Amino acid sequence: MSLSRADIENIARLARLELTEAEIPVYVDSLSKIFAFVGELDRAPTGDIAPMAHPLPGLAQRLRADEVSEANRRDTYQKNAPQVEAGLYLVPKVIE
Amino acid sequence: MSAPAATVAALAKGLAAGEYSSVELTRAYLERIAAAQPALNAFVTITGESALAAAAAADAARAKGQVGRLAGVPIAHKDIFCTEGVLTTCGSKMLANFVSPYDATVVAGLRDAGTVMLGKLNMDEFAMGSSNETSFFGPVHNPWDTKMVPGGSSGGSAAAVAARIVPAATATDTGGSIRQPAALCGVTGIKPTYGRCSRYGMIAFASSLDQAGLITVSAEDAALLLGPMSGFDPRDSTSVERAVPDYTATLADSLEGLTIGLVKEFFDKGLDARNEQRIRDAIAVFEKLGARVREVSCPNLPLSVPTYYVVAPAECSSNLARFDGVRFGHRCESPKNLLDLYCRSRGEGFGAEVKRRIMTGTYVLSAGYYDAYYLKAQRVRQLISADFARAFDSCDLLFGPTSPTPAFPIGAKFDDPITMYLNDIYTIGANLAGLPGMSIPCGFVDGLPVGLQIVGPHFSESRMLNAAHRYQQETDWHLRVPAAFA
Repeated sequence: MSLSRADIENIARLARLELTEAEIPVYVDSLSKIFAFVGELDRAPTGDIAPMAHPLPGLAQRLRADEVSEANRRDTYQKNAPQVEAGLYLVPKVIE
Repeated sequence: MSAPAATVAALAKGLAAGEYSSVELTRAYLERIAAAQPALNAFVTITGESALAAAAAADAARAKGQVGRLAGVPIAHKDIFCTEGVLTTCGSKMLANFVSPYDATVVAGLRDAGTVMLGKLNMDEFAMGSSNETSFFGPVHNPWDTKMVPGGSSGGSAAAVAARIVPAATATDTGGSIRQPAALCGVTGIKPTYGRCSRYGMIAFASSLDQAGLITVSAEDAALLLGPMSGFDPRDSTSVERAVPDYTATLADSLEGLTIGLVKEFFDKGLDARNEQRIRDAIAVFEKLGARVREVSCPNLPLSVPTYYVVAPAECSSNLARFDGVRFGHRCESPKNLLDLYCRSRGEGFGAEVKRRIMTGTYVLSAGYYDAYYLKAQRVRQLISADFARAFDSCDLLFGPTSPTPAFPIGAKFDDPITMYLNDIYTIGANLAGLPGMSIPCGFVDGLPVGLQIVGPHFSESRMLNAAHRYQQETDWHLRVPAAFA
């Protein structure tokens, strides 16, 4: 299978990744190769086999009670933030 | 004190007998790390000061009496594990400035057992790679030949243990990232059953495959360290509620009557004939120890690499969506608007291989393609899992090679993703089925180590460690040290 430049630009837009002009042909080539490679799966006789939902047989995702279990550590977490003010994360203006 | 020959087991005994203090031991390892860093680049962060403080605390606790058997033993963590107050980069520019506000459960467990953290080990960016060449902090070099890759993604862990600059290291395995570098560096690696060790605080790559484990000199060392890092953790929704056995208690058990299955598909045309010979020689040792050997087939196993390269990128694209340049991690300069902030922060912060996997995953999950790729891959995954289950009806453990060839030169496969992905052809199956796997050293080809892979049924870590330990009592491949680091 072969992907076009437009396909790669669309995937990058969906993935919120800005690519440089030099990167685009590299990904056109390598993603085309990857999808040709994974295309091998089409030949697998999966019939009515159910998709795997958990790697351990018989187990499902555990749920927990909807209760507060962690203390508020906002100030600690915000030490890693690029830009904060008055306990808020700052981003470029969204609403004019 | 001679660091090179030391195992965790020997160091624990030496500390208990008062032959040296933890401070002396820690200082000796810090010196070895500093001396080897220019040649290997195994560490991203060396935490010398806090290591010496922790060592002094371990010595003080020992002087007062009751301490655990691992008290004061130095280890290092793969830089994928969050460590409170310490840089945690995951090998990425995206997290080059990230100081974790909390400890991973695995890190806390090993610290509570008394181990001393020497630092954080280099790795492929976000654990995506099989050669440790995708790290933002530069490649790690194989101590057996520094022109060669150490394998990946836990390349720093494997190289550091192989060079004996740390006694043992944590690692993670999503498609072979513990076993493959262990094989290429001539050390012991164990990936436990999915759900055995908590994933809390272990930076996520592909959540249905990721599992924490160890790289050590010996199976006995792995048995000593695995207990404190295993067990149920309410903070990881895939953590399994199941008692943790004492993995050291059964190490010396007899292998009489053990049935070993040789997976036909592991001995394919891609396997280097010299590697195959080392594997066959190792199997003969197990037969001498009383094991029976039979051939089994897992016919869907050859589909494991394409299955993995749908499932893992899909999960990676979801997990790495959290890196948005807002709450933590890299942010671009002067964003024009919110979309520009997201796209440029991510475009600049992620390296080439991580972007490739995010885009692969985004595509297979996008409208119109989900059934054809992701659901199809999850169906094939079920077939692969069923193949293993059938093999375990007639075998206790499955044996085969860990990797098709010994270590390859740095740069040799970097530009061709498919060739690179095929390095994990023998290891990925265990991840897809959630099974535990090990790699143990079993010889050399052209001066480079070869690894024997052991795959067991779910939660058979005790039996695997027992088999590996008995083999290591008969052989000394695991005790060989690269000449430059002896």
